Amino acid sequence: MTTLPHSTTKKLGLVIDLDTCVGCQACVTACKGWNDQGYGAPLSDQDPYGAAPSGTFLNRVHSYQITPEDAAPIIVNMPRSCLHCDDAPCVTVCPTGASYKRTEDGIVLVNEDACIGCGLCAWACPYGARELDAAAGVMKKCTLCVDRIYNENLPEQDREPACVRTCPTGARHFGDFADPQSHVSRLSAERGGMALMPELGTKPVNRYLPPRKKDVMQASPLAPLLDIQASGFAGWLDKMLGKIG
Amino acid sequence: MNPAPSVILFTTLSGLGFGLLAFLSAGLVEVHGLHAFFFWAAGYALAVGGLLLSTFHLGNPQRALLAFSQWRSSWLSREAVAAVATLLWLAPVALSQWLGFDWPPFWGLVGAILCAATIFTTSMIYAQLKTVPRWNTWITPVMFQSFALAGGAILAGQKPVALVALAALAVVQALVWRIGDGRFAQLGASIGTATGLGSIGTVRVFEQPHTSPNYLMREMIHVVGRKHAQKLRIITLLFAVVLPLMLLVLAPGGPTALLCAAALHLLGAITSRWLFFAQAEHVVGLYYGAR
Ligand code: SF4
Ligand code: SF4
Ligand code: SF4
Repeated sequence: MTTLPHSTTKKLGLVIDLDTCVGCQACVTACKGWNDQGYGAPLSDQDPYGAAPSGTFLNRVHSYQITPEDAAPIIVNMPRSCLHCDDAPCVTVCPTGASYKRTEDGIVLVNEDACIGCGLCAWACPYGARELDAAAGVMKKCTLCVDRIYNENLPEQDREPACVRTCPTGARHFGDFADPQSHVSRLSAERGGMALMPELGTKPVNRYLPPRKKDVMQASPLAPLLDIQASGFAGWLDKMLGKIG
Repeated sequence: MNPAPSVILFTTLSGLGFGLLAFLSAGLVEVHGLHAFFFWAAGYALAVGGLLLSTFHLGNPQRALLAFSQWRSSWLSREAVAAVATLLWLAPVALSQWLGFDWPPFWGLVGAILCAATIFTTSMIYAQLKTVPRWNTWITPVMFQSFALAGGAILAGQKPVALVALAALAVVQALVWRIGDGRFAQLGASIGTATGLGSIGTVRVFEQPHTSPNYLMREMIHVVGRKHAQKLRIITLLFAVVLPLMLLVLAPGGPTALLCAAALHLLGAITSRWLFFAQAEHVVGLYYGAR
Protein backbone atom coordinates (compact mmCIF):
# COMPACT_ATOMS: atom_id res chain seq x y z
CA MET A 1 0.00 0.00 0.00
CA THR A 2 1.60 3.24 -1.08
CA THR A 3 -0.03 5.52 1.44
CA LEU A 4 2.43 6.25 4.22
CA PRO A 5 1.81 5.13 7.82
CA HIS A 6 0.98 8.06 10.15
CA SER A 7 3.75 6.98 12.46
CA THR A 8 5.94 3.95 12.88
CA THR A 9 6.60 2.08 16.12
CA LYS A 10 10.34 2.00 15.55
CA LYS A 11 12.40 4.21 13.29
CA LEU A 12 15.27 2.07 12.21
CA GLY A 13 18.06 3.80 10.36
CA LEU A 14 21.74 4.59 10.12
CA VAL A 15 24.07 7.19 11.51
CA ILE A 16 26.95 7.79 9.10
CA ASP A 17 29.99 9.49 10.53
CA LEU A 18 31.63 11.72 7.93
CA ASP A 19 34.48 12.35 10.32
CA THR A 20 35.62 8.74 10.49
CA CYS A 21 34.72 7.50 7.02
CA VAL A 22 37.92 7.00 5.05
CA GLY A 23 36.19 6.22 1.76
CA CYS A 24 37.53 2.67 1.57
CA GLN A 25 34.38 1.40 -0.23
CA ALA A 26 34.16 -1.66 2.01
CA CYS A 27 30.47 -0.93 2.72
CA VAL A 28 29.80 -0.73 -1.02
CA THR A 29 31.28 -4.18 -1.53
CA ALA A 30 29.68 -5.69 1.57
CA CYS A 31 26.28 -4.29 0.59
CA LYS A 32 26.53 -5.62 -2.94
CA GLY A 33 27.82 -8.96 -1.68
CA TRP A 34 25.01 -9.49 0.80
CA ASN A 35 22.19 -8.16 -1.34
CA ASP A 36 23.29 -10.13 -4.34
CA GLN A 37 22.06 -13.34 -2.80
CA GLY A 38 19.38 -12.37 -0.33
CA TYR A 39 16.38 -10.13 -0.72
CA GLY A 40 14.82 -10.17 -4.22
CA ALA A 41 16.53 -10.10 -7.60
CA PRO A 42 20.35 -10.08 -7.56
CA LEU A 43 22.10 -6.76 -8.21
CA SER A 44 23.12 -7.24 -11.81
CA ASP A 45 26.16 -5.90 -13.62
CA GLN A 46 26.31 -5.04 -17.30
CA ASP A 47 29.58 -5.51 -19.17
CA PRO A 48 31.45 -5.95 -15.86
CA TYR A 49 34.80 -6.81 -17.43
CA GLY A 50 34.37 -4.82 -20.62
CA ALA A 51 34.98 -1.27 -21.68
CA ALA A 52 31.91 0.31 -20.09
CA PRO A 53 31.07 -1.56 -16.89
CA SER A 54 27.86 -0.58 -15.11
CA GLY A 55 25.78 -2.12 -12.38
CA THR A 56 23.22 -1.79 -9.64
CA PHE A 57 24.37 -0.68 -6.19
CA LEU A 58 22.37 0.22 -3.09
CA ASN A 59 25.15 2.21 -1.53
CA ARG A 60 27.78 4.40 -3.17
CA VAL A 61 30.58 6.43 -1.62
CA HIS A 62 31.18 9.96 -2.88
CA SER A 63 34.16 12.12 -2.12
CA TYR A 64 34.04 15.89 -1.70
CA GLN A 65 36.53 18.66 -1.16
CA ILE A 66 35.39 21.41 1.18
CA THR A 67 37.23 24.68 1.25
CA PRO A 68 36.53 26.76 4.37
CA GLU A 69 36.95 30.55 4.24
CA ASP A 70 40.01 30.63 6.47
CA ALA A 71 41.57 27.19 6.49
CA ALA A 72 43.04 24.56 4.23
CA PRO A 73 40.61 22.40 2.22
CA ILE A 74 39.45 19.11 3.70
CA ILE A 75 38.35 15.90 2.02
CA VAL A 76 35.11 14.30 3.18
CA ASN A 77 33.94 10.87 2.06
CA MET A 78 30.22 10.44 1.94
CA PRO A 79 28.38 7.12 1.66
CA ARG A 80 24.96 7.56 0.08
CA SER A 81 22.19 5.00 0.64
CA CYS A 82 18.45 5.14 1.36
CA LEU A 83 17.61 7.42 4.31
CA HIS A 84 14.31 5.59 5.04
CA CYS A 85 12.46 8.91 5.03
CA ASP A 86 9.42 9.46 7.24
CA ASP A 87 7.72 11.36 4.45
CA ALA A 88 9.01 9.18 1.65
CA PRO A 89 7.92 10.59 -1.74
CA CYS A 90 9.17 7.42 -3.44
CA VAL A 91 6.40 5.46 -1.72
CA THR A 92 3.41 7.67 -2.49
CA VAL A 93 4.19 7.98 -6.21
CA CYS A 94 4.27 4.22 -6.77
CA PRO A 95 1.26 3.18 -8.90
CA THR A 96 1.30 -0.50 -8.03
CA GLY A 97 1.73 -0.65 -4.28
CA ALA A 98 5.16 -2.24 -4.72
CA SER A 99 6.86 0.50 -2.69
CA TYR A 100 5.88 0.69 0.94
CA LYS A 101 7.03 1.88 4.33
CA ARG A 102 6.68 -0.62 7.16
CA THR A 103 4.55 0.45 10.12
CA GLU A 104 6.51 -1.61 12.62
CA ASP A 105 10.01 -0.30 11.97
CA GLY A 106 9.81 2.37 9.26
CA ILE A 107 11.92 0.48 6.72
CA VAL A 108 11.12 1.46 3.12
CA LEU A 109 10.97 -1.59 0.86
CA VAL A 110 10.02 -2.65 -2.65
CA ASN A 111 7.89 -5.73 -3.23
CA GLU A 112 9.58 -6.79 -6.44
CA ASP A 113 6.74 -9.11 -7.45
CA ALA A 114 4.47 -6.09 -7.83
CA CYS A 115 6.98 -3.66 -9.33
CA ILE A 116 6.38 -2.78 -13.00
CA GLY A 117 9.71 -0.97 -13.26
CA CYS A 118 8.22 2.39 -14.19
CA GLY A 119 11.06 4.20 -12.43
CA LEU A 120 8.87 6.96 -11.02
CA CYS A 121 9.99 6.27 -7.45
CA ALA A 122 13.62 6.83 -8.46
CA TRP A 123 12.58 10.16 -9.95
CA ALA A 124 10.82 11.09 -6.71
CA CYS A 125 13.81 10.32 -4.46
CA PRO A 126 16.07 13.36 -4.00
CA TYR A 127 18.99 11.26 -2.79
CA GLY A 128 19.50 8.88 -5.69
CA ALA A 129 18.83 5.93 -3.41
CA ARG A 130 16.91 3.84 -5.93
CA GLU A 131 18.30 2.15 -9.00
CA LEU A 132 16.33 0.19 -11.56
CA ASP A 133 18.03 -3.13 -12.16
CA ALA A 134 18.76 -3.41 -15.87
CA ALA A 135 18.48 -7.21 -15.91
CA ALA A 136 15.44 -7.78 -13.69
CA GLY A 137 13.57 -4.57 -14.61
CA VAL A 138 12.58 -3.99 -11.00
CA MET A 139 13.51 -1.23 -8.59
CA LYS A 140 16.32 -1.94 -6.14
CA LYS A 141 17.03 -0.02 -3.00
CA CYS A 142 18.65 -0.39 0.43
CA THR A 143 16.55 -2.78 2.53
CA LEU A 144 18.35 -1.82 5.73
CA CYS A 145 19.39 -5.45 5.47
CA VAL A 146 15.97 -6.50 6.70
CA ASP A 147 17.06 -10.11 6.08
CA ARG A 148 19.97 -9.76 8.52
CA ILE A 149 18.72 -7.60 11.37
CA TYR A 150 15.91 -10.00 12.36
CA ASN A 151 17.66 -13.15 11.16
CA GLU A 152 17.95 -15.64 13.99
CA ASN A 153 20.05 -17.97 11.87
CA LEU A 154 22.88 -15.49 12.10
CA PRO A 155 25.08 -15.13 15.17
CA GLU A 156 23.96 -12.23 17.35
CA GLN A 157 26.79 -9.90 16.34
CA ASP A 158 25.92 -10.31 12.65
CA ARG A 159 22.32 -9.15 13.10
CA GLU A 160 23.05 -5.69 11.79
CA PRO A 161 23.32 -4.31 8.25
CA ALA A 162 26.20 -5.67 6.18
CA CYS A 163 27.61 -2.19 5.61
CA VAL A 164 27.63 -1.45 9.35
CA ARG A 165 29.12 -4.82 10.19
CA THR A 166 31.92 -4.48 7.69
CA CYS A 167 33.01 -0.86 8.13
CA PRO A 168 36.63 -1.01 9.33
CA THR A 169 36.50 2.44 10.94
CA GLY A 170 33.10 2.08 12.56
CA ALA A 171 31.71 4.98 10.57
CA ARG A 172 28.27 3.42 10.12
CA HIS A 173 25.93 2.85 13.05
CA PHE A 174 22.56 1.11 13.06
CA GLY A 175 19.72 1.60 15.51
CA ASP A 176 16.27 2.92 16.44
CA PHE A 177 15.79 6.68 16.20
CA ALA A 178 12.37 6.46 17.88
CA ASP A 179 14.14 5.62 21.14
CA PRO A 180 15.89 8.78 22.40
CA GLN A 181 18.23 6.62 24.51
CA SER A 182 19.43 4.45 21.65
CA HIS A 183 23.05 4.50 20.55
CA VAL A 184 22.19 6.24 17.28
CA SER A 185 19.91 8.86 18.87
CA ARG A 186 22.54 9.82 21.41
CA LEU A 187 25.32 9.85 18.84
CA SER A 188 23.27 12.06 16.56
CA ALA A 189 22.37 14.44 19.41
CA GLU A 190 25.96 14.71 20.67
CA ARG A 191 27.56 15.28 17.30
CA GLY A 192 24.93 17.44 15.59
CA GLY A 193 23.58 14.79 13.21
CA MET A 194 22.37 16.33 9.95
CA ALA A 195 19.41 15.56 7.71
CA LEU A 196 20.30 15.87 4.02
CA MET A 197 18.42 18.32 1.79
CA PRO A 198 15.77 19.16 4.42
CA GLU A 199 14.22 21.65 1.97
CA LEU A 200 12.81 18.72 -0.01
CA GLY A 201 10.50 17.89 2.92
CA THR A 202 11.21 14.15 2.98
CA LYS A 203 12.07 13.98 6.71
CA PRO A 204 14.92 11.50 6.40
CA VAL A 205 15.54 9.13 9.32
CA ASN A 206 19.27 8.56 8.67
CA ARG A 207 21.63 11.15 10.08
CA TYR A 208 25.09 12.25 8.95
CA LEU A 209 27.65 13.40 11.52
CA PRO A 210 29.63 16.38 10.25
CA PRO A 211 33.44 16.21 10.32
CA ARG A 212 34.86 17.40 13.64
CA LYS A 213 36.74 20.69 13.68
CA LYS A 214 40.34 20.09 12.73
CA ASP A 215 43.10 21.17 15.10
CA VAL A 216 44.97 24.28 13.98
CA MET A 217 48.71 23.81 13.77
CA GLN A 218 50.22 25.71 16.74
CA ALA A 219 53.57 27.51 16.69
CA SER A 220 55.81 25.68 19.20
CA PRO A 221 56.38 27.48 22.53
CA LEU A 222 60.03 26.60 22.10
CA ALA A 223 60.21 28.42 18.78
CA PRO A 224 62.39 31.34 20.00
CA LEU A 225 65.00 28.85 21.22
CA LEU A 226 65.21 27.42 17.73
CA ASP A 227 66.83 30.58 16.43
CA ILE A 228 70.24 29.12 17.20
CA GLN A 229 73.29 31.21 16.26
CA ALA A 230 76.14 29.22 14.91
CA SER A 231 79.53 29.80 16.55
CA GLY A 232 83.14 28.78 15.93
CA PHE A 233 84.05 27.53 12.48
CA ALA A 234 80.41 27.09 11.43
CA GLY A 235 79.76 30.67 12.55
CA TRP A 236 82.73 31.99 10.54
CA LEU A 237 81.61 29.98 7.45
CA ASP A 238 78.07 31.29 7.84
CA LYS A 239 79.36 34.89 7.96
CA MET A 240 81.67 34.45 4.95
CA LEU A 241 79.07 32.72 2.81
CA GLY A 242 76.57 35.41 3.75
CA LYS A 243 78.98 38.07 2.51
CA ILE A 244 79.55 36.35 -0.82
CA GLY A 245 75.82 35.94 -1.37
CA MET B 1 16.03 14.15 -17.27
CA ASN B 2 16.40 11.58 -19.99
CA PRO B 3 14.03 12.48 -22.85
CA ALA B 4 12.92 8.90 -23.60
CA PRO B 5 11.03 8.75 -26.93
CA SER B 6 8.32 6.49 -25.49
CA VAL B 7 7.45 9.01 -22.77
CA ILE B 8 7.55 11.98 -25.13
CA LEU B 9 5.28 10.29 -27.67
CA PHE B 10 3.00 8.98 -24.92
CA THR B 11 2.37 12.41 -23.41
CA THR B 12 2.02 14.26 -26.72
CA LEU B 13 -0.10 11.71 -28.58
CA SER B 14 -2.44 10.88 -25.73
CA GLY B 15 -2.77 14.61 -24.96
CA LEU B 16 -3.73 15.28 -28.57
CA GLY B 17 -6.09 12.28 -28.57
CA PHE B 18 -7.93 13.28 -25.42
CA GLY B 19 -8.07 16.86 -26.71
CA LEU B 20 -9.84 15.69 -29.89
CA LEU B 21 -12.10 13.33 -27.93
CA ALA B 22 -13.13 16.22 -25.65
CA PHE B 23 -14.31 18.28 -28.64
CA LEU B 24 -16.17 15.31 -30.15
CA SER B 25 -17.71 14.35 -26.85
CA ALA B 26 -18.90 17.87 -26.09
CA GLY B 27 -20.82 17.70 -29.37
CA LEU B 28 -18.96 20.67 -30.87
CA VAL B 29 -18.24 18.84 -34.12
CA GLU B 30 -21.15 18.21 -36.47
CA VAL B 31 -20.49 14.64 -37.48
CA HIS B 32 -22.69 11.70 -38.39
CA GLY B 33 -22.30 8.24 -39.75
CA LEU B 34 -19.02 7.22 -41.28
CA HIS B 35 -17.65 10.73 -40.87
CA ALA B 36 -18.21 10.44 -37.11
CA PHE B 37 -16.61 7.01 -37.13
CA PHE B 38 -13.36 8.35 -38.60
CA PHE B 39 -13.18 11.25 -36.16
CA TRP B 40 -13.76 9.03 -33.14
CA ALA B 41 -11.41 6.38 -34.43
CA ALA B 42 -8.66 8.99 -34.77
CA GLY B 43 -9.28 10.20 -31.22
CA TYR B 44 -9.25 6.70 -29.78
CA ALA B 45 -6.21 5.68 -31.81
CA LEU B 46 -4.16 8.63 -30.55
CA ALA B 47 -5.24 8.24 -26.94
CA VAL B 48 -4.88 4.45 -26.79
CA GLY B 49 -1.72 4.46 -28.91
CA GLY B 50 -0.13 6.95 -26.55
CA LEU B 51 -1.07 4.89 -23.53
CA LEU B 52 0.35 1.73 -25.09
CA LEU B 53 3.59 3.54 -25.90
CA SER B 54 3.90 4.47 -22.23
CA THR B 55 4.24 0.79 -21.36
CA PHE B 56 7.38 0.54 -23.52
CA HIS B 57 9.61 2.03 -20.88
CA LEU B 58 8.40 -0.32 -18.14
CA GLY B 59 10.77 -2.96 -16.82
CA ASN B 60 7.94 -5.44 -16.28
CA PRO B 61 4.95 -4.40 -18.42
CA GLN B 62 3.22 -7.75 -17.85
CA ARG B 63 2.21 -6.52 -14.39
CA ALA B 64 0.76 -3.24 -15.70
CA LEU B 65 -2.71 -4.08 -14.35
CA LEU B 66 -1.40 -3.49 -10.84
CA ALA B 67 -0.92 0.17 -11.78
CA PHE B 68 -4.68 0.67 -11.40
CA SER B 69 -4.58 -0.11 -7.69
CA GLN B 70 -2.98 2.87 -5.93
CA TRP B 71 -5.20 5.73 -7.10
CA ARG B 72 -5.50 6.98 -3.52
CA SER B 73 -1.89 8.16 -3.38
CA SER B 74 -0.29 7.92 -6.82
CA TRP B 75 -0.85 10.26 -9.78
CA LEU B 76 0.47 7.62 -12.15
CA SER B 77 -2.17 5.20 -10.92
CA ARG B 78 -4.85 7.91 -11.11
CA GLU B 79 -3.78 8.53 -14.69
CA ALA B 80 -4.24 4.89 -15.58
CA VAL B 81 -7.69 4.79 -13.94
CA ALA B 82 -8.80 8.12 -15.43
CA ALA B 83 -7.68 7.19 -18.94
CA VAL B 84 -9.49 3.87 -19.01
CA ALA B 85 -12.60 5.25 -17.28
CA THR B 86 -12.77 8.11 -19.79
CA LEU B 87 -12.33 5.85 -22.81
CA LEU B 88 -15.12 3.58 -21.51
CA TRP B 89 -17.40 6.49 -20.67
CA LEU B 90 -16.99 7.92 -24.16
CA ALA B 91 -17.90 4.68 -25.95
CA PRO B 92 -21.71 5.22 -25.96
CA VAL B 93 -21.24 8.83 -27.12
CA ALA B 94 -19.09 7.64 -30.00
CA LEU B 95 -21.53 4.88 -30.92
CA SER B 96 -24.52 7.21 -30.83
CA GLN B 97 -22.86 9.74 -33.12
CA TRP B 98 -21.74 7.03 -35.50
CA LEU B 99 -24.88 4.94 -35.58
CA GLY B 100 -27.25 7.83 -34.98
CA PHE B 101 -29.15 7.06 -31.82
CA ASP B 102 -29.85 9.61 -29.15
CA TRP B 103 -27.59 9.46 -26.18
CA PRO B 104 -28.25 12.30 -23.67
CA PRO B 105 -25.90 15.28 -24.36
CA PHE B 106 -24.98 15.70 -20.67
CA TRP B 107 -23.19 12.34 -20.92
CA GLY B 108 -20.96 13.82 -23.61
CA LEU B 109 -20.31 16.95 -21.55
CA VAL B 110 -19.22 14.81 -18.62
CA GLY B 111 -17.02 12.89 -21.06
CA ALA B 112 -15.31 16.13 -22.13
CA ILE B 113 -14.61 16.96 -18.50
CA LEU B 114 -13.21 13.47 -17.98
CA CYS B 115 -10.85 14.04 -20.92
CA ALA B 116 -9.55 17.20 -19.26
CA ALA B 117 -9.24 15.34 -15.96
CA THR B 118 -7.18 12.61 -17.62
CA ILE B 119 -4.80 15.15 -19.13
CA PHE B 120 -4.56 16.74 -15.68
CA THR B 121 -3.54 13.45 -14.06
CA THR B 122 -0.84 12.99 -16.72
CA SER B 123 0.55 16.44 -16.04
CA MET B 124 0.56 15.86 -12.27
CA ILE B 125 2.89 12.86 -12.64
CA TYR B 126 5.52 15.46 -13.51
CA ALA B 127 4.25 18.51 -11.62
CA GLN B 128 4.23 16.63 -8.30
CA LEU B 129 7.97 15.93 -8.32
CA LYS B 130 9.76 18.29 -5.93
CA THR B 131 13.00 16.69 -7.05
CA VAL B 132 12.63 18.25 -10.51
CA PRO B 133 12.02 21.92 -9.75
CA ARG B 134 11.39 22.89 -13.37
CA TRP B 135 8.32 20.63 -13.45
CA ASN B 136 7.17 21.26 -9.90
CA THR B 137 5.01 24.33 -10.63
CA TRP B 138 1.38 25.20 -11.43
CA ILE B 139 2.27 26.06 -15.01
CA THR B 140 3.00 22.41 -15.88
CA PRO B 141 -0.67 21.29 -15.78
CA VAL B 142 -1.66 24.48 -17.61
CA MET B 143 0.83 23.66 -20.35
CA PHE B 144 -0.48 20.10 -20.81
CA GLN B 145 -4.06 21.39 -21.04
CA SER B 146 -3.07 24.15 -23.48
CA PHE B 147 -1.41 21.71 -25.85
CA ALA B 148 -4.38 19.34 -25.71
CA LEU B 149 -6.83 22.17 -26.29
CA ALA B 150 -4.96 23.64 -29.24
CA GLY B 151 -4.16 20.29 -30.85
CA GLY B 152 -7.68 18.97 -30.25
CA ALA B 153 -9.26 22.10 -31.73
CA ILE B 154 -7.16 21.88 -34.90
CA LEU B 155 -7.93 18.20 -35.41
CA ALA B 156 -11.62 18.76 -34.68
CA GLY B 157 -11.69 21.52 -37.32
CA GLN B 158 -12.78 24.15 -34.82
CA LYS B 159 -11.09 27.09 -36.50
CA PRO B 160 -12.06 29.99 -34.20
CA VAL B 161 -11.32 27.97 -31.04
CA ALA B 162 -8.05 26.75 -32.54
CA LEU B 163 -6.89 30.29 -33.32
CA VAL B 164 -7.54 31.47 -29.76
CA ALA B 165 -6.09 28.29 -28.24
CA LEU B 166 -2.91 28.60 -30.32
CA ALA B 167 -2.42 32.21 -29.27
CA ALA B 168 -2.96 31.20 -25.64
CA LEU B 169 -0.55 28.32 -26.06
CA ALA B 170 2.21 30.72 -27.18
CA VAL B 171 1.77 32.73 -23.98
CA VAL B 172 1.66 29.63 -21.78
CA GLN B 173 4.73 28.13 -23.45
CA ALA B 174 6.70 31.34 -22.97
CA LEU B 175 5.64 31.38 -19.30
CA VAL B 176 6.66 27.74 -18.88
CA TRP B 177 10.19 28.59 -19.93
CA ARG B 178 10.34 31.81 -17.94
CA ILE B 179 9.12 30.22 -14.71
CA GLY B 180 11.01 26.98 -15.32
CA ASP B 181 14.38 28.67 -15.80
CA GLY B 182 14.27 30.09 -12.28
CA ARG B 183 12.83 27.14 -10.41
CA PHE B 184 16.02 25.34 -9.42
CA ALA B 185 17.46 28.45 -7.80
CA GLN B 186 14.12 29.06 -6.02
CA LEU B 187 14.16 25.64 -4.42
CA GLY B 188 17.47 26.49 -2.80
CA ALA B 189 18.98 23.00 -2.98
CA SER B 190 22.71 23.01 -3.61
CA ILE B 191 25.67 20.68 -3.28
CA GLY B 192 25.98 22.27 0.17
CA THR B 193 22.53 21.15 1.35
CA ALA B 194 22.74 17.83 -0.50
CA THR B 195 25.88 16.88 1.43
CA GLY B 196 25.03 18.92 4.53
CA LEU B 197 28.57 20.26 4.36
CA GLY B 198 27.83 23.70 2.91
CA SER B 199 28.11 25.35 6.33
CA ILE B 200 31.78 24.42 6.54
CA GLY B 201 32.86 25.91 3.25
CA THR B 202 32.60 25.62 -0.52
CA VAL B 203 31.85 22.04 -1.53
CA ARG B 204 33.00 20.51 -4.77
CA VAL B 205 33.27 16.98 -6.08
CA PHE B 206 36.71 15.51 -5.37
CA GLU B 207 36.16 12.06 -6.81
CA GLN B 208 33.11 10.34 -8.29
CA PRO B 209 31.85 7.17 -6.59
CA HIS B 210 32.12 5.12 -9.76
CA THR B 211 34.05 5.30 -12.99
CA SER B 212 31.29 4.90 -15.56
CA PRO B 213 27.74 6.19 -15.67
CA ASN B 214 25.05 4.36 -13.69
CA TYR B 215 21.24 4.29 -13.87
CA LEU B 216 20.92 7.55 -11.93
CA MET B 217 23.18 9.44 -14.27
CA ARG B 218 21.64 8.02 -17.44
CA GLU B 219 18.12 8.69 -16.25
CA MET B 220 18.42 11.95 -14.34
CA ILE B 221 21.59 13.76 -15.33
CA HIS B 222 20.94 13.97 -19.04
CA VAL B 223 22.69 17.01 -20.45
CA VAL B 224 22.91 16.08 -24.13
CA GLY B 225 21.47 18.70 -26.44
CA ARG B 226 20.82 21.37 -23.83
CA LYS B 227 23.14 23.72 -25.62
CA HIS B 228 20.68 23.93 -28.49
CA ALA B 229 17.84 24.85 -26.17
CA GLN B 230 17.38 28.38 -27.48
CA LYS B 231 17.13 27.20 -31.08
CA LEU B 232 14.75 24.43 -30.11
CA ARG B 233 12.53 26.90 -28.26
CA ILE B 234 12.19 28.95 -31.43
CA ILE B 235 11.48 25.80 -33.45
CA THR B 236 8.84 24.85 -30.88
CA LEU B 237 7.01 28.15 -31.20
CA LEU B 238 7.33 28.10 -34.97
CA PHE B 239 5.88 24.62 -35.41
CA ALA B 240 3.47 24.42 -32.49
CA VAL B 241 1.95 27.88 -32.95
CA VAL B 242 3.04 30.11 -35.83
CA LEU B 243 2.88 27.73 -38.80
CA PRO B 244 -0.46 26.10 -37.87
CA LEU B 245 -1.88 29.54 -37.18
CA MET B 246 -0.80 30.82 -40.60
CA LEU B 247 -2.12 27.72 -42.29
CA LEU B 248 -5.49 28.05 -40.59
CA VAL B 249 -5.80 31.72 -41.46
CA LEU B 250 -4.43 31.69 -45.01
CA ALA B 251 -5.25 28.29 -46.45
CA PRO B 252 -8.76 27.56 -47.66
CA GLY B 253 -10.57 25.39 -45.13
CA GLY B 254 -10.68 21.68 -45.82
CA PRO B 255 -9.32 18.50 -44.36
CA THR B 256 -5.89 18.72 -46.03
CA ALA B 257 -5.08 22.10 -44.52
CA LEU B 258 -6.33 20.92 -41.14
CA LEU B 259 -4.27 17.75 -41.23
CA CYS B 260 -1.17 19.70 -42.27
CA ALA B 261 -1.74 22.19 -39.45
CA ALA B 262 -2.21 19.34 -36.98
CA ALA B 263 0.95 17.57 -38.16
CA LEU B 264 3.02 20.74 -37.86
CA HIS B 265 1.55 21.40 -34.45
CA LEU B 266 2.36 17.87 -33.31
CA LEU B 267 5.99 18.33 -34.40
CA GLY B 268 6.12 21.49 -32.30
CA ALA B 269 4.50 19.71 -29.35
CA ILE B 270 7.08 16.91 -29.56
CA THR B 271 9.93 19.45 -29.64
CA SER B 272 8.44 21.22 -26.64
CA ARG B 273 8.09 17.95 -24.73
CA TRP B 274 11.65 16.97 -25.64
CA LEU B 275 12.85 20.23 -24.11
CA PHE B 276 10.59 19.69 -21.11
CA PHE B 277 12.62 16.56 -20.31
CA ALA B 278 16.06 17.50 -21.61
CA GLN B 279 16.16 20.81 -19.75
CA ALA B 280 14.74 19.44 -16.49
CA GLU B 281 17.38 19.08 -13.81
CA HIS B 282 17.00 16.56 -10.98
CA VAL B 283 18.44 17.42 -7.56
CA VAL B 284 20.34 14.11 -7.45
CA GLY B 285 22.73 15.71 -9.95
CA LEU B 286 24.00 17.83 -7.06
CA TYR B 287 25.76 14.77 -5.60
CA TYR B 288 27.60 14.35 -8.87
CA GLY B 289 28.39 18.03 -9.26
CA ALA B 290 26.41 17.99 -12.49
CA ARG B 291 22.90 18.97 -13.41
S1 SF4 C 1 16.04 8.12 0.62
FE1 SF4 C 1 14.90 8.10 -1.29
S2 SF4 C 1 14.34 5.94 -1.56
FE2 SF4 C 1 14.92 6.19 0.58
S3 SF4 C 1 12.97 6.62 1.65
FE3 SF4 C 1 13.94 8.60 1.19
S4 SF4 C 1 12.99 9.17 -0.77
FE4 SF4 C 1 12.63 6.97 -0.53
S1 SF4 D 1 9.50 1.30 -10.30
FE1 SF4 D 1 8.33 -0.24 -9.14
S2 SF4 D 1 8.45 0.43 -7.03
FE2 SF4 D 1 9.05 2.17 -8.29
S3 SF4 D 1 7.16 3.37 -8.60
FE3 SF4 D 1 7.33 1.96 -10.34
S4 SF4 D 1 6.18 0.14 -9.71
FE4 SF4 D 1 6.57 1.31 -7.84
S1 SF4 E 1 21.76 -1.39 5.19
FE1 SF4 E 1 22.17 -3.20 3.91
S2 SF4 E 1 21.14 -2.71 1.98
FE2 SF4 E 1 21.35 -0.78 3.09
S3 SF4 E 1 23.27 0.15 2.40
FE3 SF4 E 1 23.76 -1.07 4.22
S4 SF4 E 1 24.34 -3.09 3.42
FE4 SF4 E 1 23.27 -2.02 1.76
